[in-house]
Amino acid sequence: MSVIAPVNTHSTGTNASANGSVVIDCKLDHVFYGAFLAVRDSHVQIERGKITGFIGPSGCGKSTVLRSLNRMNDLIHGFRFEGHVQFHGRNVYERTIDPVAVRRYIGMVFQQPNPFSMSIFDNVAFGLRLNRFKGNVPERVEKALRQAALWDEVKDKLKNSGLSLSGGQQQRLCIARAVATEPSVLLMDEPCSALDPIATRRIEELMIQLKQSYTIAIVTHNMQQAQRVADITAFFSVDISKGSRTGYLVESGPTKALFESPREQLTKEYVAGQFS
Amino acid sequence: MWLVLLLLGWILWEIGGKASVGIRDYGVGFLTSTTWDVGRQQFGILPHIWGTLYSSLLALAVGGFFGIVMAIFLTQDFLPPQFAMVFRTVVELLAAIPSVVYGLWGLFVVVPALRPVAAWLFEKVSWIPFFGTTLSGPGLAPAALVLAIMILPTVAAISQDALRLVPYRVKEAAYGMGTTKWEAILKVMLPTAATGIFGALVLGFGRALGETMALAMLIGNSNQISLSLFAPANTLAALLALNFPEAGKREVEVLMYAALVLLAITLVVNVAGELIMSLASRKTKA
Amino acid sequence: MSAIPRPMEAVQLQRAPFERRALRNGLLTLGAWAAAIIAGIPLISVLYMLVVRGGARLGWEAVSSLPPAGFEMGGGFGNAIVGTFVMVGIGGLISIPIGVLAAVFLAELGPTRRLSQVARFATKTLTGIPSILAGVFAYAVVVLLTGTYSVPAGGLALAVLMLPTVILTAESAIRAVPKITRDAAYGMGCTRSQVVWKVLLPTAMPGILTGVMLAVARAAGETAPLLFTALFSSFWLFDSGAKLMQPTASLAVLIYNFAGMPFDNQIELAWAASLVLVLIVLVINVVSRLVGQRRA
Repeated sequence: MSVIAPVNTHSTGTNASANGSVVIDCKLDHVFYGAFLAVRDSHVQIERGKITGFIGPSGCGKSTVLRSLNRMNDLIHGFRFEGHVQFHGRNVYERTIDPVAVRRYIGMVFQQPNPFSMSIFDNVAFGLRLNRFKGNVPERVEKALRQAALWDEVKDKLKNSGLSLSGGQQQRLCIARAVATEPSVLLMDEPCSALDPIATRRIEELMIQLKQSYTIAIVTHNMQQAQRVADITAFFSVDISKGSRTGYLVESGPTKALFESPREQLTKEYVAGQFS
Repeated sequence: MWLVLLLLGWILWEIGGKASVGIRDYGVGFLTSTTWDVGRQQFGILPHIWGTLYSSLLALAVGGFFGIVMAIFLTQDFLPPQFAMVFRTVVELLAAIPSVVYGLWGLFVVVPALRPVAAWLFEKVSWIPFFGTTLSGPGLAPAALVLAIMILPTVAAISQDALRLVPYRVKEAAYGMGTTKWEAILKVMLPTAATGIFGALVLGFGRALGETMALAMLIGNSNQISLSLFAPANTLAALLALNFPEAGKREVEVLMYAALVLLAITLVVNVAGELIMSLASRKTKA
Repeated sequence: MSAIPRPMEAVQLQRAPFERRALRNGLLTLGAWAAAIIAGIPLISVLYMLVVRGGARLGWEAVSSLPPAGFEMGGGFGNAIVGTFVMVGIGGLISIPIGVLAAVFLAELGPTRRLSQVARFATKTLTGIPSILAGVFAYAVVVLLTGTYSVPAGGLALAVLMLPTVILTAESAIRAVPKITRDAAYGMGCTRSQVVWKVLLPTAMPGILTGVMLAVARAAGETAPLLFTALFSSFWLFDSGAKLMQPTASLAVLIYNFAGMPFDNQIELAWAASLVLVLIVLVINVVSRLVGQRRA
């Protein structure tokens, strides 16, 4: 087993300063679903300790890019990734890399809350037991539930089914489940779109707290959410010039700068709400 | 609609009516006695109840296991779609073959195939009650095996439906946590589909209980109770099949009683199975 | 920028096929493949025996002559084929109209009414009834009443078995007709019964036919119900006029009887008859699937 040193960035097309180290360096040349070119030419870097937000109109490929980071797209027939995703010094798309292993170190929270049909405790402990965690499981479960701001609400009913919680609670349970194994990066694919505004607010607050312990990348269709939560924002759009809809990265940078003084015209129009 | 309910009721009434004579004469002892002697007008169907349950349980153990494995195999992306079609067709063809043909095949393929196995087992481990006798001809094991083959399609089909009902996002969540394929299947998919799969097993069991012809041809028609897998035995359905054509009036009444028992057992199991299935589909809709 | 207050753990991304979890995964997949192949073996074996042993005996003589008695050579099962067709036909005549009517009633009543739920439940349960009990029922009703084994008795037993399948598949076919079609018909001013007969049924016909054919295929292969309703006969059905009230041969019962005989001749015929029966069943199954797919 190799001991990993943080990966340094090499120059990217973004204005992000190379202050922090880059945990994931994703240089996406092409993504195909069968013969359909879904995304092209997108170079994003996920920086340690920060929240990186992916925004853009529907169909721009932001979810595809996010899921390419932990090889979740492998589940889809006909998916093909050209480029590389550097993580811990290796390209996760190399043939010798085990995608199952990659997903152990990169956690994911999905749009629809999807707790398993088991008890709350078992849900959170799932990852720990999967990886044969030898330490104190209940302690880690409590820690994860606290980090997800759910502990106080469920500490007396850990044996209840995860499905008995409300939507917002279920999503926080999924977050607890994901952070229980302390992954290097936490990916979140529109985690709030299925929730009401109050639950959304709670999760946004949660994300800012989680930033202290985890690196987060989040896809959101809500610009204001990105402004509230993300340190770095990457804006994607759709290219229809060749007759089909292909997503691509337009620009990325510190959130404030991207929203207040974007470099690209398209970005200007998007943040002004001229299209969505 | 009324027709169906009417029909159901009529069947019960008819059989019940005929059986009532039998019940009156023989009472509960009928269920627990083991002799069947036409000459002496003594009848007991305990060995048949035993045979029915034992053979169906064995068949369920084997057929249920393979059925579930097939269901997993066909629904969890082990094969490209075209090949999945091939295996699915194989399973459906297994279901289409008539019972008699299975009986015929069982007699001429399974029994000879099992005989050396049975003899070897008898030599080595005859102290284990399961292997206490040799296989002279038809017996419990070949019948249970063929029965297993016959219920495999039922279990497989219903289990496939149950597995397909598991929402995609649950599968995503499992893989997102970094499970291997089988960890996702065994720790997440199966538990989530558990109710439906249990229903599949119960319904498969019900089918096994009601199976007649293949059993009649293979079970050996012997009215004894034995744990041995290779001893001949009998089942309720086989009893009816074998004795009805030649039965005198008295015997017919008794057979009607047996038919009633069989009906009761299968109804209970099938109703339970259907209830479990509707419970399962309601759970996943929630 | 905040620092992550925990040390970077050693990270192992490399494929390690012999690590415990990966190894178990691989072995289980191997096991699943083995099980799938094992499950296919009986089918192959059955088909093989049918083709080889059955095919050896199948010929014009086999399908056109009468069953041989004990020590006779030659012979065939022509009357059994006829008998099967006739009795399945009668079974269909009884079960199809009743079944479709019941299905229409159920479908139109709607899936949420209590009565239809109970009825559907009862029908589903009826599909699980052991076939022999259908025979017992037909025995009690027809044979005891008429005093003789007969063709209608066999037909009735088969009808009892076919009815639930017909009802269930017909009902789901009718319910699958898109609501728009239904609305269009009502919108044109059709009465309830016109909508049903002129629009719903024709649209649902492929699905209904599929169900009917599956029921027919199942009935053709049934033995137990015929054992003591139609019994068996070694003569042609229409020898002396269409005498239906007599014991009649059928493929399934013939196979059953001959399988137990210690004569090679009969056993060969049993295989041949099995081949014919399985062919009939398979053809019906395939046709039913094609018909079912025809609905665009």
